[in-house]
Amino acid sequence: MNSHQQANRFTQRELQVIMSGGTRLENANPLIFQRSGDRLLTATDEDEDAADPIDDREIFDLIRSINDPEHPLSLEELNVVEQMRVNVNDEESTVSVEFTPTIPHCSMATLIGLSLKVKLLRSLPDRFKIDVHITPGTHASEDAVNKQLADKERVAAALENSQLLEVVNQCLSTRTM
Amino acid sequence: MAADNSVLLGLVEEFVSGQVDSKAAETSTGVKNGQFTILQLVEALGVSLSSSQPQTRGRGVQLLSQVLQECYSSLSEREVEVLLAFYENRLKDHYVIIPHVLQGLKALTKCSVLPPGSAVSVLKSIFQDIHVQSLMLAERSCVYNILISLMESKEEELKGLGADFIFGFVQSVDGERDPRNLLLAFQVARNIIQRGYDLGKFVEELFEVMSCYFPIDFSPPPSDPRGITQEELVLSLRAVLTGTSQFAEFLLPLIIEKLDSDIQSAKVDSLQTLAACGLTYSHKELAEFLPGLWSSIRREVSQTASERVESAGLSALSALVSCLSRSVLNSDSEDVLQVFLSLVLKDCQHHLCEPDLKLVWPSAKLLQAAAGASYRASLIVSAAIIPALLEQYNNRTQCAHRRTLLEVLQGFVQPTALSRPADGEDSVLVAFQQSLCGVVFSALTESSAGLQVTATRVLSALGQQPGLMAQTDVEKAVDHLSRLILEEDDPKLSSAVVECSGSLAHLHPKAFISRLIPRLKEEILSGQSDAAVRQRCVTALASVSSLASVVQESTPVLLQVLASAHTGSCGFSVEEVAAVCISLQKIAEHARDSEEIGRFFHDIIIPHLLGLCLQAALQTRDAGHSSPLTDEAVLSAIVPVMSTACAALRSESASRMAAQAVSLFLDGDVSFLPENAFPSKIQLLQSRAESGGLSQLVCLLMACVCSLPRSVEIPEIDRLLLQLEDLSCTCTHLFSFTSAAKCFAGLVNKRPAGEALDAVLERVMKRISVELENTSSGQRTQAFTLLLWLFALLSDPTLGSQAADGFGVLMSDCLDVLNRGCHADVRIMYRQRFFAENSTKLVQGFNSAEQEKKSCYLKALSHIVSNLPRQVQLTELPALLPLLLEALSCADQAVQLSTLSCLQPVLLEPPEALRNQLEALFSRLLALTTSPAMKVRIASLQCVHALSRLPEHTVLPFRARVLKALAVPLDDKKRLVRKEAVAARAEWFLLGSPGGR
Repeated sequence: MNSHQQANRFTQRELQVIMSGGTRLENANPLIFQRSGDRLLTATDEDEDAADPIDDREIFDLIRSINDPEHPLSLEELNVVEQMRVNVNDEESTVSVEFTPTIPHCSMATLIGLSLKVKLLRSLPDRFKIDVHITPGTHASEDAVNKQLADKERVAAALENSQLLEVVNQCLSTRTM
Repeated sequence: MAADNSVLLGLVEEFVSGQVDSKAAETSTGVKNGQFTILQLVEALGVSLSSSQPQTRGRGVQLLSQVLQECYSSLSEREVEVLLAFYENRLKDHYVIIPHVLQGLKALTKCSVLPPGSAVSVLKSIFQDIHVQSLMLAERSCVYNILISLMESKEEELKGLGADFIFGFVQSVDGERDPRNLLLAFQVARNIIQRGYDLGKFVEELFEVMSCYFPIDFSPPPSDPRGITQEELVLSLRAVLTGTSQFAEFLLPLIIEKLDSDIQSAKVDSLQTLAACGLTYSHKELAEFLPGLWSSIRREVSQTASERVESAGLSALSALVSCLSRSVLNSDSEDVLQVFLSLVLKDCQHHLCEPDLKLVWPSAKLLQAAAGASYRASLIVSAAIIPALLEQYNNRTQCAHRRTLLEVLQGFVQPTALSRPADGEDSVLVAFQQSLCGVVFSALTESSAGLQVTATRVLSALGQQPGLMAQTDVEKAVDHLSRLILEEDDPKLSSAVVECSGSLAHLHPKAFISRLIPRLKEEILSGQSDAAVRQRCVTALASVSSLASVVQESTPVLLQVLASAHTGSCGFSVEEVAAVCISLQKIAEHARDSEEIGRFFHDIIIPHLLGLCLQAALQTRDAGHSSPLTDEAVLSAIVPVMSTACAALRSESASRMAAQAVSLFLDGDVSFLPENAFPSKIQLLQSRAESGGLSQLVCLLMACVCSLPRSVEIPEIDRLLLQLEDLSCTCTHLFSFTSAAKCFAGLVNKRPAGEALDAVLERVMKRISVELENTSSGQRTQAFTLLLWLFALLSDPTLGSQAADGFGVLMSDCLDVLNRGCHADVRIMYRQRFFAENSTKLVQGFNSAEQEKKSCYLKALSHIVSNLPRQVQLTELPALLPLLLEALSCADQAVQLSTLSCLQPVLLEPPEALRNQLEALFSRLLALTTSPAMKVRIASLQCVHALSRLPEHTVLPFRARVLKALAVPLDDKKRLVRKEAVAARAEWFLLGSPGGR
């Protein structure tokens, strides 16, 4: 019961943020970083018999093109995600992703975290345990956000809210240029 | 005559009162073949034209107009004058008549004999009596068409109307909404502007009435039969808006305003329009708006995430700068280009120097776009930027920073088509020549591969411009490159180094001959280095050999490698030898451009190769020692070397080549081979069992003779064909008889049609029918004859599958013999015709075949279909769909793969027939996502991905099933498969979800 209430609170708070975020940019002039190129194809990639373990770059490729909720930019271009902050262990089936909000008071942090989490949930085999959290020391309410993102039930409840799901889907849809 | 008259009256009566529309066509036929004149028609119409009922009058005018539309070209000037006066008068008539009047006028204005003054009076009446925008769509279009035809034929008269014409047009077009009519209106406006009509005081009005559509936002309705695209509208409006500099003062502020828009296509359109302005405007029009335009462009380029906006912004900037560069300098005014560029430099330069290098890329791209616009602009920008960049580079110590700076520098070093110095001008970089070379050489010695790769690119760019590298610099560069080739094993770096060597060797061959080739030769032949190093050396040799002087030095080294591989002295593996042959082939490709290289191959390389192969074969036969040169893989690699070189031979050496090759293979004449130590009577085309080693050399014969131009006469061709036929039918060695068959096919293909050819084909046909078991040697005869055999074989259970593969051979371009490069006679549309002739037979065969033989038909079908050009596939596939679906459940992986590759493009625009088959399609595709073959898994996932774009209501029912099935390939062991699975699953998640699609 208790957790359900929390889940609702989380959703409400997120909704407020989304509504206010539409009108005013919090960080109007962010730094833009270069996009990295596509992963180069190697001979092993094309070898039928060789198994390619899931590695950091593969996870990074999954999340780098996620759109930022308030800028027409990808998380990679804003340096919110970096390959060095991705850790995967294929054998133990664990993934850990740290993300860095552009400013310490960024109210979009939970939403970005949620998008990352959803993207990984949709793209990885379900044997993986997925951990998404804020790079330590880069956000004012780091603990609260991390806690929300780690709670399966709250994430599930959030995704049942159609407005929230809409925003997450927009972040995850491939941009048409 | 009287009879005619009554006929005419009858026709008129039936049309007007009887409402029989078809009578109009009969009347115009009558007028056209001289049965009645227009005058008679008007007289016959008399009563109805003067009737008091508007409907009757309308009907009368309609008949006249419809006849005129057919017969306007045969009217005399007098008739036109009278008719025009009538029609002008009718414009004032009842509204139901107006549409027919306009149709008639439209026909009349197309006449070549318009009387003088008529254009003006027609237009005046139209502008006066008609309110265009209250007419229906078709009538509005009539008015625009009248304007267009009059502008074609009576330009002078219309210009005499002056601003009244412009005003009339502005009034009639104001408020137009239909895209079809807009295209016409834009055309009129473009004519007005481009043909120098005087706009008078209506410049702003004309601009307003046109610019209200800018930027165009048009999405054609689905299944639009007219096929008007957004692109078409955008381009024709752009031609109007940017057509004259008189619009500048209105257009430029509008562009600045629209650049603030949130819609990406509006931004791109604005920027592209601005770029188009750069072509027609001069600095006078631009001057006032430059700061505003610059700040908008800068904002768009540095903030956008879209590459389209970015590249449109950069080309707009480039167009502005090149426009300013064209401006003529006044002695008293300041240089506008200088002023503008200093603004650009002021805003961008400091970003290049900031410690964290943020915003370095957008700024660099802007500066490069400005510098690339003209030689003068590049002088100004380079003078400011290059020293700053060089200084930055020297101050930084981190490799990543240095690499970024060097990449930026590269953009400035490479001149664009516009900024290339004219003859007699120095490169803008001459002043920095030494420091640039210094930076590049220091970067080449760094430890970071990325930095080194960038350095090689800068080096190629420098080397390509005269005067930027002194002789000593070139030598130093060559030394660096040789060192990198020998020492660096990073694949990206070595391919960059090889590429750079190739481009420099083209300009500075001497340095490469004296320094690089000897070093590589020593390394390759030393026998101590490992295979990877030798491979890099060989690749580098191939890439530097584009000039005859270099080829003469480098190919002997490669030949020496082959020779020592033969003697077994250096321990070269078969793969290495084949790689050497591939390098030789790359060099041989240059023979097409340089006759000298071709001659060198003819005189030296080909005889040496033939000699080596022959030696190897003889030695194997006699001594049992096996040389790598008898390996099929190596021989197959030597074939393209020879055929590439022979294809480039000019007539005289080509005939000599043919004669030499034929006498060698037919008579064992070895006189032209080097190191003449061969036994005198060698018989190369005999298929005795023990000479398998010799008979496979027939592939070399094929390489020599089949790629020669068709004009070259092959001596003793009949004897040759006979021997080849024998060999291909009796030899039991697969490689030998396939090569012999290919060689045979190549020669037959080159023969002119005629009795001789028919006789040969007939003989072969007979022989094949006797010896059916050898038919798998593919291309023995021309496609048509062989096809019959293959077809007969499909129902034979043992040979069926092999025969189906034969279809694959027929349909795909054969690399060795029958392609255009080898001067083969390839009939156009051969594949389409083949398909048309055979697909129905195959489908019938499939339907009547027994269950276990069906797969052969499917295989043949999928081979044929996947080799068809895409366009044909799209039109033919709906009919074949059920069969293809069947093919998906066939167990053969090759069939699955070729079927999937046909299906995927079709799924993007699915035919109606597919809608009913979705259930079957999904279950088959999803089953294939776990196939054992990686390529099948990838292709099926791509198809599943494509299906997500089908209309939502048709595929939504499958969503849950697809998502569940796609969870499995997410854990595939191959990364490429996982990538496709992720992409497909992401799209399917978005399907039918809020914020998705």
